[in-house]
Amino acid sequence: MLASRQFARRLATRNRRWASSHAATPALNQVTEEDLAQFSKILSPQSILSTLGSNSVASSELEPFNNDWMGKYHGDSTTVLRPHTTKEVSEIVRYCNERRIGIVPQGGNTGLVGGSVPTGRGEVVVSLRSMNNVRHFDPVSGTLVADAGCVLQSLTDYLAPHNYIMPVEFGAKGSCMIGGNCSTNAGGVRLLRYGSLHGTVLGLEVVLPDGTILDQLNTLRKDNTGYDLKQLFIGAEGTLGIITGVSILTPPAPQASSNAVLALPSFDSLLPLFQRAKRELSEILSAFEYIDRGAYELSVRHGQGRGLSPEESEGAECFVLIETSGGRREHDEEKLSNLLEGLLSEDKPLINTGVLSQDATQFASIWGLREGITEAVSKEGKAYKYDISIPLSAFKEVVDATRERLREKGLLRPDAVKEVVGYGHIGDGNLHLNVVAAKYTPEIEAALEPFVYELVGKYKGSISAEHGLGVMKAHALHYSKNEVSIEWMRRIKSLFDPNGIMNPGKVLPPPDGTHEPSPENTGTARIA
Amino acid sequence: MPHGDVCRTIDYAVKIRVNPNQTGVDTNVKHSMNPFDEIAVEEAVRLREKLKDEVKSIKVVTIGPTKASDTLRTALAMGADSGIHIEVPESAPAPEPLGVAKALKAVIDREKEKGGVDLVIMGKQAIDDDAGQTGQMLAGIRGWAQATFASKLVVDTGKSEASVTREIDGGLEEVRCKLPAVVTTDLRLNEPRYASLPNIMKAKKKPIEKISPSDLGVDLTPIFETLKVSEPPKRQGGQKVASVDELVAKLKEAGITAVS
Repeated sequence: MLASRQFARRLATRNRRWASSHAATPALNQVTEEDLAQFSKILSPQSILSTLGSNSVASSELEPFNNDWMGKYHGDSTTVLRPHTTKEVSEIVRYCNERRIGIVPQGGNTGLVGGSVPTGRGEVVVSLRSMNNVRHFDPVSGTLVADAGCVLQSLTDYLAPHNYIMPVEFGAKGSCMIGGNCSTNAGGVRLLRYGSLHGTVLGLEVVLPDGTILDQLNTLRKDNTGYDLKQLFIGAEGTLGIITGVSILTPPAPQASSNAVLALPSFDSLLPLFQRAKRELSEILSAFEYIDRGAYELSVRHGQGRGLSPEESEGAECFVLIETSGGRREHDEEKLSNLLEGLLSEDKPLINTGVLSQDATQFASIWGLREGITEAVSKEGKAYKYDISIPLSAFKEVVDATRERLREKGLLRPDAVKEVVGYGHIGDGNLHLNVVAAKYTPEIEAALEPFVYELVGKYKGSISAEHGLGVMKAHALHYSKNEVSIEWMRRIKSLFDPNGIMNPGKVLPPPDGTHEPSPENTGTARIA
Repeated sequence: MPHGDVCRTIDYAVKIRVNPNQTGVDTNVKHSMNPFDEIAVEEAVRLREKLKDEVKSIKVVTIGPTKASDTLRTALAMGADSGIHIEVPESAPAPEPLGVAKALKAVIDREKEKGGVDLVIMGKQAIDDDAGQTGQMLAGIRGWAQATFASKLVVDTGKSEASVTREIDGGLEEVRCKLPAVVTTDLRLNEPRYASLPNIMKAKKKPIEKISPSDLGVDLTPIFETLKVSEPPKRQGGQKVASVDELVAKLKEAGITAVS
């Protein structure tokens, strides 16, 4: 005990020493026309988009790469490279490392924490979207090997005739890419059933920050031969290298799926309901999603899925979406309807009522209610998104406490904060706390941060359950990781990327331990 | 007394594949109520919500194998009162529009002693064979008025009339007809409701009468022979060109020339 405490202290001292040397890391260079000429030796002219040089394009063409979809993070990169092969990626990275040019690896750019957007350090964006081929699929084992730039939906479509599905699923499935999914260790609605990408990814191909290709693209289910290096890149958000290929285990497609939306009289019913659902549905329970009243209203208002009739939703404090997936429709439907009937016929029912999808259209419409919340929130206004892991019993408390905090600060008004809503994956203890504002303002941000992080810290939760840290939460890492952990994360970063070229400013807090300056102060334009 | 007809088709959200023998579509996929028939059931339920007791009962009918009764349960959960399942063996060929129309006519005739049928609402077509004939045939052989492709339906029980807005090319047409009548539904008539849990439970206790085509004295043996069903030609993949000149050259190659 004593020894470990001493060790921690020693680390802390060393941390400071190391930190100062880290701060002295030479600054990164901007892309010049000369660099562009070098890039054009590696890539075809169509693969280079730049506002510099003789073939320059308008800066508007770079907007989709320089901004995130929520309009929250804004970069000013002059150059986007779109390599077609791993070798091209390797040559680009080798060159950038020699020239000390920062690199932002980018997939579908659907992230929620600014991890795939440049930060105003003159980075070059390396977009993986031109690497979009399936390399191999084994219909017996279900292992799929694909380029990092394959869009998740296209992989789902590829697998469908073989009766397999992707083990991950998100609202952004039509745009997000498998490389980005792995890089950010994205969670999503199937995590309850198929586990995280740390389990389903069997191998990765990564271009390391010096340009070396790390080929660990194996398809073995079991491989206990030393350090499992691929795990480092899952969730590293592109700070340790660029994932160019993914080998992933895909589960067989369920033969039957059903879903239902249940209206709950109060939040207190939620946990007993979850216990009942787990016990009675056991192996066929594939999603258990929580939607609070505010999030439900937003989703319905913005037409993201059809809700219950007003009589059915009246008096409900929150809603639950249950999905079952199994091998035999009759078996699954019987289990689900037994559960639902049992729930309804109790003396003190845990649910007011609910609807059960009758066909594939209604099934999609019910999922639309849940998956469409993200989109509904951004239609309503500018969203501050907190994706946190906390004890299930605290889901409502945290949303209420945040709303109360904003009310105290006088910010709960139509021209500032419009809504504070909560929804998320009960099965994984993951709450999405969304604050919908008329616009992004420093005032609102100051009311929310570090308030929310401290609240999460109080519950010993995680400040980022599945969205990652990106640029948004890098400074807040210490709320979820202790000093020893952060120190070893820094060491890993400097071991792989001594020049700090790979996705600079993301994941790790700034070395001096101060608050990461908000984008306004880093020279990054932020349009409120 | 309105009367809905319901048939079970392949779920229209499922991608359809032609079967290997090219005699029809692959039936090894999820089936659910024909969407136009779902709209018909919804409309009948809405009529009752509007007209209250003037609608004495809503009866739904389906023709199909044992599993087709699931479709009736869905309709009952949406608000219909009782169902009639004209059961055919799993192996029987799909009935043709004329056969279905004859069976429905026989059902209507049977209902006469129970007060009679005033209105039949049914989908304008089934999405698996897309024939779109049954409603018209039923009106013809029964000698009733027909109003097809309805996008709006107003029933005046006092005058025993139905006003129907129909979707036609380039606009809407409003027709009025005397009851009894056959109305077939178009997509824009309404958006069918979800079946709620209490209603699904109630639906389990609602009666479904099972009868055979011979009970009705009709023969459902097909009179058509399907020669071949084929998929539309696969879309050719697009091609990217590097420059305007290349695009022009490709267009010329394809025989497309500028209009001078």
